[in-house]
Amino acid sequence: MDFLLASVSDGLLIGFIYGIAAMGLSLIFGVMDVINLAHGPIIALGMFSIYLLFSILGLHPYIGLIIVAAAGLLLGMIIYAIVVRRVIDGPHLSTLLATFSVNMIIIGLGTAAFSTAPYNIEFSLGRFSIGPVTFIVTRVIGALAAILVTAGLYYFLYKSRPGRYIRAVANNKAAAELVGVPSNLILALSFGLGTMLAALAGGLIATFFPFTILAGGTYELKSFVIVVLGGLGDPIGALVGGLILGLIEGIIPTFMETTWVPVVEFVMFVMILLVRPSGLFGAKQ
Amino acid sequence: MKRTLIVLLTLLLTTSFILGACQTAAEPEETEPEQAEEVTMVIGFTSSITGKYETSSGRQVRGFNLWMDQVNDAGGITLSDGTIIKFEVVTYDDESNTERVQELYTRLATEDNADLLISPYSSGLTAAASIIAEQNGKVMITTGAADDSNYQQGYTQVFQIYTPASRYLTGAVDLLADVGPEVSKVAFVHEDDKFSTSVVEAAKAYAEELGYEIVLYEGYAADTTDFGSFINKIVDSGAEAILGGGHFQDGSTFARQLHEKGVKTNLFALLVAPPEPDFAELGDAALGVIGPSQWEPLAAYSSESAEAAGAEWFGPSSEDFLTDYMAAYDGEEPSYHSAGGYAAGVVLQNAILSADSTDPAAIKSAMDAMDVMIFFGSIKFDTSEENHGLQIGHSMVYIQWQMGDEGLAKQVVWPISGATAEAIYPIP
Repeated sequence: MDFLLASVSDGLLIGFIYGIAAMGLSLIFGVMDVINLAHGPIIALGMFSIYLLFSILGLHPYIGLIIVAAAGLLLGMIIYAIVVRRVIDGPHLSTLLATFSVNMIIIGLGTAAFSTAPYNIEFSLGRFSIGPVTFIVTRVIGALAAILVTAGLYYFLYKSRPGRYIRAVANNKAAAELVGVPSNLILALSFGLGTMLAALAGGLIATFFPFTILAGGTYELKSFVIVVLGGLGDPIGALVGGLILGLIEGIIPTFMETTWVPVVEFVMFVMILLVRPSGLFGAKQ
Repeated sequence: MKRTLIVLLTLLLTTSFILGACQTAAEPEETEPEQAEEVTMVIGFTSSITGKYETSSGRQVRGFNLWMDQVNDAGGITLSDGTIIKFEVVTYDDESNTERVQELYTRLATEDNADLLISPYSSGLTAAASIIAEQNGKVMITTGAADDSNYQQGYTQVFQIYTPASRYLTGAVDLLADVGPEVSKVAFVHEDDKFSTSVVEAAKAYAEELGYEIVLYEGYAADTTDFGSFINKIVDSGAEAILGGGHFQDGSTFARQLHEKGVKTNLFALLVAPPEPDFAELGDAALGVIGPSQWEPLAAYSSESAEAAGAEWFGPSSEDFLTDYMAAYDGEEPSYHSAGGYAAGVVLQNAILSADSTDPAAIKSAMDAMDVMIFFGSIKFDTSEENHGLQIGHSMVYIQWQMGDEGLAKQVVWPISGATAEAIYPIP
């Protein structure tokens, strides 16, 4: 029982982080119908940004996250303006190839700068125990930050004017343009927000796991599973999807070998695609 | 008329004699360069400049390059016929990827015409390179590759420097039996690659022979960064000692997360990662961790120790290697991977000198007959059909990170005959 409790709590804590990583992918896919294959490298950029801010400038990682978020937003808008905008109305293959090119550029530059060696942030806030379960403080803060980001994004999308514009463009771009919504700017903002979320997730992961420039790939794959689980465009759906995935990763090793985790995850991915392609929570298409 | 003919003939003979004498006198001048002929042997290998083996592979290559630079700077190796042999390398980045290794070793053997090959780092990559070396009849010295199975494929050209995997972690089990006779439950958690699996399988079988109960035996993927589920399983299993690991990246993460979770264990031994000097960056998480090492700077192999052991000595002492390596690489302390790279060069040098030839067949025969002690330890290869090339001379030492006067430092804790400190047990 103690074992199960420890595994479930570990799974849920990491699930929150998976959730915000997936939110970025979900937002971009939901709003502009673009599968962003640069998602993983941007998560890795978030990791390395926190590393550089902490190790070189001595900035506290959680303050560094604010800079990472701002830089992520800006980077996303730049990528949209230079790469995605020109191909957004083309076939899916064009946007796939365009974002894949960005993926290769970031990995190439990142490998040249950092090589593929593992990096680690020597940052620890200790641990505390509740009954039989030991919690690592950085992971708990990561989960709290994820909840905060989700709430902020939810508020932004549903309560603010630019957020409403984003949802309008996601629903019907032509109609939104007819009523004066600056669709290009809104699409750039959406891509920027998606990138910001990926970078933030990377920054949070870097506070407790080691990473390489290629580390984002794993989280990108998990994000795809979560997007399918939680449905497109809905931040709450992505967070819940992340929690489900985290829970699965926590529980499966209690009764079978840990190496079976990805097998179960991707079997589930295929099953959901077959049975309920719009996601478990029936998100809008 | 007759007289004129005789005079002419005499003149002709005299001239031809003088010319002949001149030619004979000139010959030594022309043949002298041939006697001091300089031959450049091409050594081919790949290194993992990128990918997961980057740290260990980089050190291995730096070790080998140091040997080559020293030999070339000293004027090369001179054979008995005066031939001077110098070396140059042809090398590529294998990206820690098996497919790249196959492609690149084929290129090294066929297009670059490498005379001799050195293996890439890791057993998995070396298995791929060994096939190519054997197919092309190239002698390959493997370093950074401990898996036994590579030498059970019937290869005749592949020679192992490292102590094989089957004897890699068994010493840690002996150490446990010595310092913690009360321990009965052991967990084995290891990377599920070829090398780590064969090491841990052998150690597990040995532990079972000694009567230990194996309460957890599980593998993890090489790119695992979250060991939470394994740590929860270890706690649940009631294991009193943990053995396993894989390579540097996963091993150091495992140690760090075990410490973060506050899990107490009596003995914690991991493959590959602990002997790396960078392991100290883990701080308190490194304290007490044990690791098998192919070589340690503390190891005192020298001509005197060879004489004491009744073995033939060759090459620089362990101390000389340590000094030269640190001088060449800005004070970087060599790990056993660095020493393995250098040792590959020393073994090659010994084989060429013993063969007194650059002929690959003669070098191979010299390798087969080798029984020598170098700064890395004893080197002798199995020559049986079943295990040709398997290392049978060399043995491991076990280090533990302990707190010294100047912070964390490695100490040799096993075998007792070579120990520089008593093992800390249980881990505080």
